[in-house]
Amino acid sequence: MLNQVYRLVAARQFEVQTVAETVTANDVVVRPRYLSVCHADTRYFTGQRAQAVLRKKLPMALIHEGVAEVVFDPQGQLKPGTLVTMIPNTPVAHDPIIKENYLPTSKFRSSGYDGFMQEFICLHRDRILPVPREINVEVAAFIEMVSVGVHGLTQLQRTMDADQEVMGIWGDGNLGYITATLVKQLFPDSRLIVFGRHQSKLNYFSFADQTYVVDHLPEKLKVSQAIECTGGRGSEQAIDQIIHHIKPMGTIILMGVSEEPVDIDTRTALAEGLTFRGVSRSGREDFERALQILKASPVTRERLQNLVGLKRQVRSVKDMRTFFEAALTNYWGKAVMEWDV
Amino acid sequence: MIYAQILAGGKGTRMGNVPMPKQFLTLAGKPILIHTVEKFVLESRFDAILVVCPADWLSHTQEIIRKYISDQRVHVVTGGNERNETLMKGINYLQQHYPRHDDDVIITHDAVRPFITQRIINDNIEAALVHPAVDTVVAAIDTIVQGTDDQASAIPVRANMYQGQTPQSFNIKALVTAYQKLTASQKASLSDSCKICLLAGQPVTLVRGESFNFKITTPYDLRVASALVEKRD
Repeated sequence: MLNQVYRLVAARQFEVQTVAETVTANDVVVRPRYLSVCHADTRYFTGQRAQAVLRKKLPMALIHEGVAEVVFDPQGQLKPGTLVTMIPNTPVAHDPIIKENYLPTSKFRSSGYDGFMQEFICLHRDRILPVPREINVEVAAFIEMVSVGVHGLTQLQRTMDADQEVMGIWGDGNLGYITATLVKQLFPDSRLIVFGRHQSKLNYFSFADQTYVVDHLPEKLKVSQAIECTGGRGSEQAIDQIIHHIKPMGTIILMGVSEEPVDIDTRTALAEGLTFRGVSRSGREDFERALQILKASPVTRERLQNLVGLKRQVRSVKDMRTFFEAALTNYWGKAVMEWDV
Repeated sequence: MIYAQILAGGKGTRMGNVPMPKQFLTLAGKPILIHTVEKFVLESRFDAILVVCPADWLSHTQEIIRKYISDQRVHVVTGGNERNETLMKGINYLQQHYPRHDDDVIITHDAVRPFITQRIINDNIEAALVHPAVDTVVAAIDTIVQGTDDQASAIPVRANMYQGQTPQSFNIKALVTAYQKLTASQKASLSDSCKICLLAGQPVTLVRGESFNFKITTPYDLRVASALVEKRD
């Protein structure tokens, strides 16, 4: 099958490349419907990654969040038109201890391996999951990000002590919002406090029990466990603040990606017996749990619907560039492409 | 009903000294025709997909289809002596084997344009369901000069010029009606199917093609096409 793949070849420059795909009985061919932009994609688009990284990874199709329709299943199990979420992590090995998203051999879409900006996508059949009809297609576009939140909170549940009284989330962006909606489902009896830099964004977190702008924190405020969802240059300030507002023996889940190393106050971290756990990406079991939560919780679906910040149809290479430029200036929420290329 | 017709009736005379028609030559390990048919079978809305080939190449076409394509909707039919006769042979086949409806549409495509995209197929289907005739075009890049015998007679404004590609898509009833109005010489001389409808006074709607949806006609085209295709690691 000749497939048109739309790759970023240099900063702000997409080009089409025809790729001959071989479809095996273990694969399923899908057509992308809605694709959602992640910060990692915008960093590639603007050329903000290190030059050595860009040289190594480009040309490459961007996007690792998306929902697609089945067009061909060689085994005939999935009917054409079935809506599926696509798992961007592609393991080539199995390990009884290391999860698929931490195996060094795994390939990840839009990180050195073509992402979803393609006419068709040929995936191993274990890399797709049918999307329940209750889930809106635009929200379905960023189920991957929901699965990342699920993965972070699952790891928190496995690591933390018994104190679930107050859960604190640092970060008022997309990941902070998604993780906050999930905390409400996975820790229903906990108080949720969200810490951010923008009051106008914190206003969207109406379901949180409390929100704080980070430069006005009460000195005695304490959280039981904390999730850092800031990333970038904000990571250092957020981690420092968490260390000083988390109870002793608390667990800190680190989810935000920082391009540069950050300083950590290890003296206090050691003195209080804190646990830091880094998490990244997600695997099939996280997607399954994310779908279960979304199917079962109308209020979570409604909250995530409010996260669709920019939606446009994309039908040409020119549209792709225009869309990414718009995504860069989008103030709130996820930027979602209706993919019709 | 929505039908597709892949026009594979070419004899390959422009390809030079090659043993078989151009639609059967190999591109990225498979006959060009097969790449094209593979794109059409991925569209589930097609009720039937006809491959219309020269009579001399019927068994060859059937064999390669059997080898590469496992889709019951694909049927191989023999074509006529020229393009529009081939087109009408396919329509005759449909009318003999499927129930007729006034809103039946057909998406016709050159077998030697394997780089067609799903977007172009979809745009053709959507437009053909509401318009009698649809042509796929790209804006002309070169200036078009009209003339004969070394003399230019007109240089039309380039902004109004397009280059015709395929698919060309039709409401079948409108196309048959228009074709029946043509004289015998018109039927023999028309090299473009949409012109059948234009001559009958029917509007032809344009949809956007792609520059890479080009026709593999010459050895040069085949070399370019081969260079364009990358193998997935």
